[in-house]
Amino acid sequence: MKLIFEKSVAGRRGLKLPVADVPRAAELPENLARKEPAGLPEVSELDLVRHYTNLSRRNFSVDTNFYPLGSCTMKYNAKIIEDTTAFFAGSHPMTPLLPGGEALTQGSLALIHGLGGLLSEITGMDEVTCQPLAGAHGEMTGIMLIAAYHRAKGNRKKYVIVPDSSHGTNPASAAMVGYEIITIPSAPYGDMDLDAFRAAMNGEVAAVMMTCPNTLGLFNPHIREICDIAHEHDALMYYDGANLNAILGKVRPGDVGFDVIHVNLHKTFGTPHGGGGPGSGPVGVKKGLIPFLPGPRVVQQDGAFALEREQPESIGRVANFFGNFGVMAKAFAYILMLGREGLIEVSEQAVLNANYMMSRLKGHFDLPYEKSCMHECVFSASRQLKNGVHAIDIAKYLIDRGYHPPTVYFPLNVKEAIMIEPTETESKETMDAFIAVMKEAAEMAEKNPAALHEAPVTMPVSRLDETKAAREQNVCFGPW
Amino acid sequence: MSFCPNTPEDVREMLAAIGAASVDELFAPIPAELRAKSFDLPEGVSEQELRRQMQELARTDRTVTPFIGGGYYDHHVPAAVDHLSGRAEFYTAYTPYQPECSQGTLQALFEYQTAICRLTGMEVSNASLYDGGTALAEAAMMALRITGRNRLLIDGSVSPFAREIVRTYLRNLDVEIVEIAPKDGAIDRNALAAHLTDRTAAVIFQNPNFFGTVEDLSDLAEAAHAKGALLVASVYPISLGLVQSPGAMGADIVVGDGQSLGNPLSFGGPSFGFIATVKKYIRNLPGRIIGETVDRNGRRGFVLTLQAREQHIKRHKATSNICSNQSLCALRGLLFLASVGREGMVELARLNRDKAEYAKGLLGKIKGVRLLNAAPTFNEFTLVLPGDAAAATERLLAKGIAAGVPLGAYYDGMANCLVVTVTEKRSRSEIDLLARELEGAL
Repeated sequence: MKLIFEKSVAGRRGLKLPVADVPRAAELPENLARKEPAGLPEVSELDLVRHYTNLSRRNFSVDTNFYPLGSCTMKYNAKIIEDTTAFFAGSHPMTPLLPGGEALTQGSLALIHGLGGLLSEITGMDEVTCQPLAGAHGEMTGIMLIAAYHRAKGNRKKYVIVPDSSHGTNPASAAMVGYEIITIPSAPYGDMDLDAFRAAMNGEVAAVMMTCPNTLGLFNPHIREICDIAHEHDALMYYDGANLNAILGKVRPGDVGFDVIHVNLHKTFGTPHGGGGPGSGPVGVKKGLIPFLPGPRVVQQDGAFALEREQPESIGRVANFFGNFGVMAKAFAYILMLGREGLIEVSEQAVLNANYMMSRLKGHFDLPYEKSCMHECVFSASRQLKNGVHAIDIAKYLIDRGYHPPTVYFPLNVKEAIMIEPTETESKETMDAFIAVMKEAAEMAEKNPAALHEAPVTMPVSRLDETKAAREQNVCFGPW
Repeated sequence: MSFCPNTPEDVREMLAAIGAASVDELFAPIPAELRAKSFDLPEGVSEQELRRQMQELARTDRTVTPFIGGGYYDHHVPAAVDHLSGRAEFYTAYTPYQPECSQGTLQALFEYQTAICRLTGMEVSNASLYDGGTALAEAAMMALRITGRNRLLIDGSVSPFAREIVRTYLRNLDVEIVEIAPKDGAIDRNALAAHLTDRTAAVIFQNPNFFGTVEDLSDLAEAAHAKGALLVASVYPISLGLVQSPGAMGADIVVGDGQSLGNPLSFGGPSFGFIATVKKYIRNLPGRIIGETVDRNGRRGFVLTLQAREQHIKRHKATSNICSNQSLCALRGLLFLASVGREGMVELARLNRDKAEYAKGLLGKIKGVRLLNAAPTFNEFTLVLPGDAAAATERLLAKGIAAGVPLGAYYDGMANCLVVTVTEKRSRSEIDLLARELEGAL
């Protein structure tokens, strides 16, 4: 398809602007004035609508395709949840910062406060800030809080420990806060190697970051022991909430011994992923860390909601205002709608679906860790590799059959990984149909591997040359 | 209500296939002593009841006529932006890891990158960051990486919120941040020159600045470059319809908040941050970048590119930890820019400035009120009131007018100052009313 810039026709107009009801101002001084208008498209509204409607049809999405992208929790986003945010006035975020302004935004402040309270109960933490704008942003905020905690005690310490199966954001977030990373290998049973962890632990470790269940979909039964060992060395435990969907109502990280957590509202709490965002990554902490939370904190005083003005120990703001409010409102509505029983059903059905997927496919693909999984299961295409078929070939075949592929080549500690997360909103029939196609792919890997190398053949483009893209770095349509 | 479709019969069949007696058995890997001690949440509600509860909560918000900015602006959002960004195929997809079935998102983001480059006068852009403040922090970190230096100069007329985010991000790193106090709402060039050395990684400005002042940064870019430092500029995209682009002024890294481009105020989020730079620094950019390429049949297509900078490959050595960005908001930004278009962007900027100049004339004439400076402004300007600006603001707020942002909370000695913002959405009669009410409130 042509680019919108290639459809541009000089002089064509889209949006009709209002007529000025004030006099024309004098021009800006010559040195400040733009010489030539920016080269934006010149298209009619119909050109615009047709272009982007047709572009959208070149996407797979949850509403159009099964999307079992492991670790991303691509659950269905209910339509009523989308509607509820529109009820809010969408106030200017400076309003509550004006003198007397808090009284005008009580509904929005109540929502932020209320969501924090619900998330605290769900995770077993003492307070939650909703300011971080995505999961990785929450991780970075959490590690900043940990740094502030240690610094207040005189030594911010030097290291952060992560298992080798962790999301890349864990070490990257800790590094952005100035920590050196110690990576602990996985043991043969899939969990972090406990002996290696014990050996690595020392008084200069500021935090241990864990995902539980981990990226293999396995729940680490030694998690409390890990928390205890870390606490003996005055290190804090960080819980990466990417996989919280597996344990809603079953386990609360705060009860287990975690000190800081983040949750991904766009994963666990049913807000849409938007083609890569916006997400939202609220961070929960235990009591001792509350003074360090980013400001301004939303607090309840004498029955009204207010912004706390004095937070001398706060790490400071991590975002312009109060977080991705629009996303928070959806998560709040989601929790209200599902309620206690509904959220428990989420984790139960998510785990049931993943185990069903695992049990039906394990005869056809290698399963590196054959034990009961939680919300996702990780296969390996190593058996298919003997015929020259890689995980990516299977992924591309799935596209031809109308499925968004699972996550492939992650976690890094599994060769040719295929990570499947069905989520609780998918039905048995949908999974059965997907399983049949996965089996078909396994069969083709035996009989006709060349066909898998050709896939996909039904999409607007076949496999793309990523080397050329990286070499030429053509990231902007020219000339400008 | 949990949107789980499996029937009891499905569940029985699935458990049989798994070889488990019950769903509870699937949770056996979790030791009993680790089970939740509490899960005290309200009972779930129907769609109808949810609607009622949310409406009731929302009803306690009050709307006012906003003459406030501070980084977020009350602009019109074209109807087509909502409709097109609401297409489920865009809305319910995720990061385009599988390019063949994600060409919609990928091409749109390539177009977004192009629009941002053209608007800012830069050569390369990423596919979005979180917001304007975090984008400024990422730009500062990028400048530290490129130069290998550890000292930053930040003009004090950069938004206090953005400066706070930069400080928060850098607190744990070995970086020295020097803030240059502004002089009469403008850059203090002498103070800046005194601090600019060959150890400076970057000088950071905002244009128009927090007081609304528009300045030419060209001489500052030259001065920075002479010392081997970079110039980072945070800009307000709507102003770029009229104001010279930061690229043409010599900026090396340009950032800003994309809220004003088709994203509603939404109590501060979600919006998006943009970041653009020159081609030679592309490998230092944080976040996703979309690149053009061809498929096996020579057809044009788009992919995530230069991923070796990113956390999922480089882990702790990545240029940033960012994973999810604000893709849908960036798409809205693109839809806005394509809807308004080349000439429309000039007209829209002019409309903003004309209204602000009209307001400036009226308000500046009120007895006892003067302008902070005589410098050119875009759609914001700073008044000096005869008394406390916070008190006057509070009195007007009670009448449903957010008259501006009083500066006492953000700048020492500026308690009488009020920053007033006038977008294209404010009518002449609203401006006239503001003038009358402000006069009465003094």
